[in-house]
Amino acid sequence: MPKITMNVNGASVSAEVENRTVLSAALREEMGLTGTHIGCDTSQCGACVVHVNGKAVKACTMFAVEADGANVDTIEGQAHADGSLNIIQQAFQDHHGLQCGFCTPGMIMSAAALLKDNPKPTEAEIRDYLEGNICRCTGYQGIVNAIMAASGQSAAIAAE
Amino acid sequence: MAADGGMGHATKRREDVRFLTGRGRYTDDYTPAKTTYCAFARSTVANGKINSIDTSAAAEMPGVVAVFTGEDFADVGGNPAGWLINSRDGEPMKEPKRPVLAHGKVRHVGDAYAAVIAETLEQAMDAVEAIDADIDELDAVTNMADALANTDTLVHDEIGTNQCFDWGWIEDNRAATDEAIKNAPHVTTLELVNNRLVPNAMEPRCSIGEYDPGTGDYRLTTTSQNPHLTRLLISAFVMGIPENKLTVHAPDVGGGFGSKIYHYGEEALVLAAAKKLNRPVKWTSTRTEAFLSDAHGRDHVTKIELACEKDGTFIAFRTETMANVGAYLSNFSTATPTFLHGTLMAGNYTVPNVYVNVKAVFTNTAPVDAYRGAGRPEATFSLERVIDKAARELGIDPVALRRKNFIKPDQYPYASAAGLEYDSGNYDALMDGLEKRADLAGFEARRAESAKNGKLRGLGINAYIEACGIAPSNLVGVLGSRVGLYDAATVRVNATGNISVMVGAHSHGQGHETAFPQVVADMLGVDPMSIEIVHGDTSKIPFGMGTYGSRSLAVCGSAVFRATEKIIKKATLIAAHMMEDKPENVDFTDGEFAVKGTNKKVSFGEVALKAYIPHNFPLESIEPGLEETAFYDPANFTYPSGAYACEVEVDPETGKVDICSMVAMDDFGNVVNPMIVTGQVQGGLAQGIGQALLEHGIYDENGQLLSGSLMDYAMPRADDLPNFVVDHSHATRCTHNPIGVKGCGEAGAIGSPPTVVNAVVDALQRGGHDVDHIDMPVSPARVWAAING
Amino acid sequence: MYNFEFAKPKTVEEAASAMAAEGAQALGGGQTLLPTMKQRLASPEVLVSLTGIDGMVGVSASGGSVTIGGATTHAQVAADVAESYPALAALAANIGDPAVRNRGTVGGSLANNDPAACYPAGALGSGATITTNKRDIAADDYFQGMFETALDEGEIITSVSFPIPQKANYQKFDQPASRFALVGVFVAKTPDGVRVAVTGASNEGVYRWTAAETALNSDFSQAALEGMSGDADDMISDLHGSGAYRAHLVGVLTRRAVAACG
Repeated sequence: MPKITMNVNGASVSAEVENRTVLSAALREEMGLTGTHIGCDTSQCGACVVHVNGKAVKACTMFAVEADGANVDTIEGQAHADGSLNIIQQAFQDHHGLQCGFCTPGMIMSAAALLKDNPKPTEAEIRDYLEGNICRCTGYQGIVNAIMAASGQSAAIAAE
Repeated sequence: MAADGGMGHATKRREDVRFLTGRGRYTDDYTPAKTTYCAFARSTVANGKINSIDTSAAAEMPGVVAVFTGEDFADVGGNPAGWLINSRDGEPMKEPKRPVLAHGKVRHVGDAYAAVIAETLEQAMDAVEAIDADIDELDAVTNMADALANTDTLVHDEIGTNQCFDWGWIEDNRAATDEAIKNAPHVTTLELVNNRLVPNAMEPRCSIGEYDPGTGDYRLTTTSQNPHLTRLLISAFVMGIPENKLTVHAPDVGGGFGSKIYHYGEEALVLAAAKKLNRPVKWTSTRTEAFLSDAHGRDHVTKIELACEKDGTFIAFRTETMANVGAYLSNFSTATPTFLHGTLMAGNYTVPNVYVNVKAVFTNTAPVDAYRGAGRPEATFSLERVIDKAARELGIDPVALRRKNFIKPDQYPYASAAGLEYDSGNYDALMDGLEKRADLAGFEARRAESAKNGKLRGLGINAYIEACGIAPSNLVGVLGSRVGLYDAATVRVNATGNISVMVGAHSHGQGHETAFPQVVADMLGVDPMSIEIVHGDTSKIPFGMGTYGSRSLAVCGSAVFRATEKIIKKATLIAAHMMEDKPENVDFTDGEFAVKGTNKKVSFGEVALKAYIPHNFPLESIEPGLEETAFYDPANFTYPSGAYACEVEVDPETGKVDICSMVAMDDFGNVVNPMIVTGQVQGGLAQGIGQALLEHGIYDENGQLLSGSLMDYAMPRADDLPNFVVDHSHATRCTHNPIGVKGCGEAGAIGSPPTVVNAVVDALQRGGHDVDHIDMPVSPARVWAAING
Repeated sequence: MYNFEFAKPKTVEEAASAMAAEGAQALGGGQTLLPTMKQRLASPEVLVSLTGIDGMVGVSASGGSVTIGGATTHAQVAADVAESYPALAALAANIGDPAVRNRGTVGGSLANNDPAACYPAGALGSGATITTNKRDIAADDYFQGMFETALDEGEIITSVSFPIPQKANYQKFDQPASRFALVGVFVAKTPDGVRVAVTGASNEGVYRWTAAETALNSDFSQAALEGMSGDADDMISDLHGSGAYRAHLVGVLTRRAVAACG
């Protein structure tokens, strides 16, 4: 089986995988990084979004061998070194941007990619950008509010 | 009262931290040593006779360790329906066996007839392809009217019909309702479809079976909303494993919405396989399997009539519904279209006559069961659509027509004509609030602005009531439930003063780990962070009935309340002993026990420590320890209610509907955590809007699921939805549970579908199009077709 | 998913040689191919990744056209042609979702020729030239029906050249679940005449709506299309919309595209 080496969340990691092993499976099963979730088989739901060389991709729709030599960032690497939540994660907690938590890793990774490209998105831009991330719990409002807040913009009050 | 984090405080959720950092632990994240993997052979035809299944080639495939077929489970029990419904003629419902694996016949596309266990998942999937199944495809029935009319094509040959039951509610009211309608000055009739939905919790189902041959203990880790019910069904009905030899653990669960209430055959299969192989067996559903095998929701075809006076006073509602139960009876499938639907058919109104007839129909489709709202969305949709139609026919404003017939605040407790006793509510107050928050007065100006842009704007109004906190056992037992619907909690105060609360409810997004401690902290005057909620593991928690029907706080939360009361009572005895006074002289406030009229006091923490170091205890009157359990069985359902408004813009060229605003005014009684409640409503609104505009589980005449993937089943995305206005400030307390709460989990999904459809129809009518109704989902193509006749 | 051999060539020549193997299939971003393989509906024996070939990634503009490497992602196209060919950039920026756009490639999309994909409309509407390792193919000759193209077995799209029209616009009406085009219409006003390409609608895949082109050649305005709609007989009919509805949308979207051209 091919051996791949990736820099995952800042640490070099190697694994033997089959050619058919997708990146999400390599992360979950070979590297124990189960924060990247699998919610569908058609590349629609976005629960598996990670960053490969700084770009958001769906880890279920990329072969692990294609990530050989790449920098991969997953949800497990998003918090600060001291374990505290980063600004996006904190905003999701503050604005009730999650309920069951299953889509959340993908949402956080997509939000991070959005804010990297567009530090002050409008609400419409946020909603448009999240086209590939499905949440069944929140109705998205808490998520949108969280991303607005993480970008330093005022969000609608989450709780009344 | 706890200064921060007690009742009514928008406490941030503590469970979020693990979810936000990728440290949630869902079932599929768990892979025990030496795990084997399970894949199922599923029927590609909707109805078929199994002549033979040759698994010999599959068994020889690389990595395969076992193959199972229906034959292997022929002698074990079936997965039962939890609710017995009797037909109008007194006959019990037809209840064909639902086997672990299909045996003799396959009855819907996706019906599993064999399972392969292998060293890897890919090996198991390879071997599934090597199974040689000789299955004769038979004609299928997917349309309910056809299924009732055509007895040549049967889903279950042995029952001789496709009708599960023909239920009347309340049968004794039938003649009076018929008579009232016959004599009424005005009758509005509407035929409608409540579209089939696929729940699509984002986490697909997953089950892991383990067996310890040394002790004979089984362990099932599974995606469940109610692990104890799953254990009971497996033990008592399906496999006969003694309950004390089976642990069911539902760890973090990625959403349920009803679909994870039920016991499924895959759970029994992995347990049986684990015992046979003496190795863990794991099955993880793909999304494709989820579409084919999760219990679906809704799927009613209904005719409703509203009889009224010329002035709009309601005289009668009469409903005839066909409810699709699919190919097998899922656990709550018979309760959903009956007692969770028929009993709500008086709505918020003082209507004297209500009669509901429901025929439940077997078809060659996936089983249908409770999905967020469960019967109440169907009831509300029928009522609120026909009321809107009546308002137009009578020339009465839709708000005024509803107000005219609302139950008034001084009429509670109110015995509805559909057999429930509503304990509290104030529907006019909700509507007053709605008129303000939704600025109904400003609608005409907004409509004119939309018209300038070539868009048709419409306004939809809705009022709903639902029955939540599903329980009480005494009532549901009379109505046919085969289980009780109480819940349970154990409050364990540890020696060092922190507290573990073991609850029967299961949190899969609802925030119990944050909200339940708010209740306890408030009562004990302690830091909420010192309280930990334990849930989901039958080996750790008392027997509870899980989470669905917006019951967690109203039922299990009340058990938590009662158990905490017992803790206070016992702690008071200990405190009195410590302060050498009588218990009746001891007051407990803000976490301190004090002897009245003195400066003697001890803290709750000191009492906790003393409970476990019982030196000098009067053991004849005080046992050591500080741990109490309560089982709470309510006196009645709770009755949340609400008034919703929606404005839409319709593009008359393409038929596309955009939601401009959605305002939800809900009465949930007391609110423990307003942030969580708001989130529950927002999520429910999204699902209701999904039903109204996007989602449709649609089968063709051959029983193939046309919308069988996320490529064809349209889930609501962020850009489909507006920001919602959610307001639960107009509350009337629930009168019969100790916290005064009503439940908020389903309201949004119940109230929003008719609101949206009312708005679309309003837009079209104001735009000059003679359109009375459009079935959901109100897709662009359907709107365009309606506009263009 | 079935297993396969994996090749990641560095040059077009190496890729062509790898593609000569029995059961070989090119892999661009894999955004359609992977889901198909997961369903076990495709079983290539060799996958030849084209994303490691330097010469096949990137955008260049010259002489009134933009040339896009076959392995260039939608996201890069959206960014890099935003000034030179904004209508094409907008098309690329609305394919799938951001994560899909970071992987999916123009060559992959055109080679697959999904009847509801956006790029076929952009290429046909622009009158693009598809360059392979063997030859240049005019868009008018390239698209040969649903999932059918002029590509030979093993032939690789190395680049696509889009002449930049005087005016152009793409109107996409989303299929609500897949977010592919229920109907998409690309209108381009070029010195050689107006081109109208329609995707999502026809059982024959992307096509030019010649009746609309004729009308627009004499009068490039919405009014010229008054009352016109597509031919419903050829249209796809499914749970998302009837043939008649799609035919109607073809007319609506073409008018809107013309209006948006200004």
